[in-house]
Amino acid sequence: MTVQTAAAPKSGVVGNVVQTTYREALHDAIREALLKDQRVFLMGEDVGRYGGCYAVSRGLLDEFGPDRIRDTPLSESAFVGAGIGAALGGMRPIVEIMTVNFSLLALDQIVNNAATIRHMSGGQFNVPVVIRIASGAGRQLAAQHSHSLENWYAHVPGLKVVAPATVEDARYMLWTALEDPDPVIIFEHVMLYNVTGILSADGGPVDIGKAVIRRPGRDVTLIAYGGTLGKTLDAAETLEADGIAAEVIDLRSLRPLDTGTILRSVSRTRRAVIVDEGWRTGSLAAEISAIIMEDAFWDLDAPVSRVCTAEVPIPYPRHLEQAALPQPAAIVAAARATLGR
Amino acid sequence: MTTAAPDTHAQKPHLTREHLLHLLRQMIRVRRFEERCVELYQQEKIRGFLHVYIGEEAVAVGVLETLEAADTVVATYREHGHAIIRGVPMDAVMAEMYGKAEGCCLGRGGSMHLFDAGTRFYGGNAIVAGGLPLAVGLALADRMAGRHQVTACFFGDGAVAEGEFHESLNLAELWRLPVLFICENNLYAMGTSLERSQSQTDIHLKAQSYNLPAEVVDGMDVVAVEAAARRAGAFIRSGQGPYFLECRTYRFRAHSMFDPQLYREKAEVETWRKHDPIDRLTSWLRETGTLHDVDLLAIESDATMEVDKSVAFAEAGHWEPLEQLTRHVYTERALP
Ligand SMILES: Cc1ncc(C[n+]2csc(CCOP(=O)(O)OP(=O)(O)O)c2C)c(N)n1
Ligand SMILES: [Mg+2]
Repeated sequence: MTVQTAAAPKSGVVGNVVQTTYREALHDAIREALLKDQRVFLMGEDVGRYGGCYAVSRGLLDEFGPDRIRDTPLSESAFVGAGIGAALGGMRPIVEIMTVNFSLLALDQIVNNAATIRHMSGGQFNVPVVIRIASGAGRQLAAQHSHSLENWYAHVPGLKVVAPATVEDARYMLWTALEDPDPVIIFEHVMLYNVTGILSADGGPVDIGKAVIRRPGRDVTLIAYGGTLGKTLDAAETLEADGIAAEVIDLRSLRPLDTGTILRSVSRTRRAVIVDEGWRTGSLAAEISAIIMEDAFWDLDAPVSRVCTAEVPIPYPRHLEQAALPQPAAIVAAARATLGR
Repeated sequence: MTTAAPDTHAQKPHLTREHLLHLLRQMIRVRRFEERCVELYQQEKIRGFLHVYIGEEAVAVGVLETLEAADTVVATYREHGHAIIRGVPMDAVMAEMYGKAEGCCLGRGGSMHLFDAGTRFYGGNAIVAGGLPLAVGLALADRMAGRHQVTACFFGDGAVAEGEFHESLNLAELWRLPVLFICENNLYAMGTSLERSQSQTDIHLKAQSYNLPAEVVDGMDVVAVEAAARRAGAFIRSGQGPYFLECRTYRFRAHSMFDPQLYREKAEVETWRKHDPIDRLTSWLRETGTLHDVDLLAIESDATMEVDKSVAFAEAGHWEPLEQLTRHVYTERALP
């Protein structure tokens, strides 16, 4: 994976594959959904005139108009709640929240309404809303714009939580999420928007509930998602140079977790390192570690290891921010330690 | 509630030559500081988000001029000017912008999170409207401790759409708390113009509906802002509760360094530039014979020197050691 700091290149067709950016893939996914289904609309702060705070929706207002590309006031609770209401009313809203820290202003609507209405109503009502949220650190945006709170949402029954880590998933997860009768939250790591990748031009809907092995290996299983997948694949490269074959799992879905893929891999490699940009305490990594302990304990040759974000609000200066986050060197060290090397 | 006799002296801006030149100097200090910040951003010395206040300086300068040392300030992520005018040393602000350990927050906060205990400057809040409840609470503490101080809370027009705005105004008025709410209405929240975000665009009416006395102020006129802030301050200090100022102003530059400004016409920006608060005060002072070229030269060169010095200070600063990464998450207590 290449992280580009320069302006994002435009997508262009090369044979029957397309070279594109994560941002462009999301844009195309939204556009396709708007074309396919009249019930779909995009709503959020600055999605229209401004073009989206990460430029994902640029151009869509001109094409679809202000009814379907809705700029909202700064009212997270109201417009997320309105998305939930519109979903109840038969629409298929895509609600964008600029940054996960701002989603906290809408947490009430998501947790108390979106996640519960099917259950509270005895199955009479369902909430087919899709909420896209940018998350993660790496841009020196400090302690109110940089957190990884995916796990807060993944904690809640009634929600589904996915984290596209590749251009392919950025392009094709959305439609599957929109077809889901229940609320789906899509987390987009802010460092991925400029990442380029190859996309099959004729790709179709993907299963969003399944984890994928991004790199096979037999010595240790590295489990990652979203923004940490690239760093984990880099670590696997380094390990290979040392003769260690690491298997890399991309979780893709954080709720439900694809425990089958995790357990089968760990049973083969007998070792696991979980990489998670959330804080270590109460992390998704902790949950996965517990699952492995419960269901693959006797297959393990080493304690399960975690590489997480340091227990500190994300600091502004680059050296401290980078030191707080999971890095390839720490992943390599953790993997080696499981092998006693 | 007792109503003290309004202090007429405190309500009048002191329109002496000295004072007017002081207001001009304050606005120019902020302007030159931020222009340098933009350059430093392009040189990648400053990173993250950078939101400049260029065009809006009269608001912070006019209001903060009226505060006392024991008063309290709460601001947003567009707060470099507020911090500098409040008296946070420019050196410490610039070092913070760099992320250096000599910064006013050890570099931990950066541009959007300036704090300074010495001047009772409580941030630097980058959650839109997040500062309003804090201001209510700071004022509550003053009230409960029997201190007759003002908490000045700055926020943008965008904040008006958040629930926290409404909840805070209601609470402040309900409990008659000494909060000065200052809405910096620059007509845009990022790319969303006021008329696209508010069904009622007269923001002061919202405050009035919660029973707060509210005024509309020309936010491009520093003297008008100061006069309004003095009226508000006298009211608040007399124990009658909060006060609301809607300062109409305009942001000349992009929202942040990432904004291509697709949402507004260049002509609109140019029109507003004609009301530049610095130019406006300068030409008025010239017309009245109050300001001479030598005065302006002196103000400009002092500002440049101060900014240069702050850059040198920040450059010479150092990075906090990595071993300290997890410090300042909890209060550090000496072992018994
Ligand atoms: C709760 C929340 N939602 C969204 C944002 C993203 N955001 C940052 S500044 C801004 C615009 C705020 O506009 P306004 O309050 O008018 O202040 P201005 O920038 O004009 O000074 C937005 C949408 C945020 N920081 N916090
Ligand atoms: Mg504004």
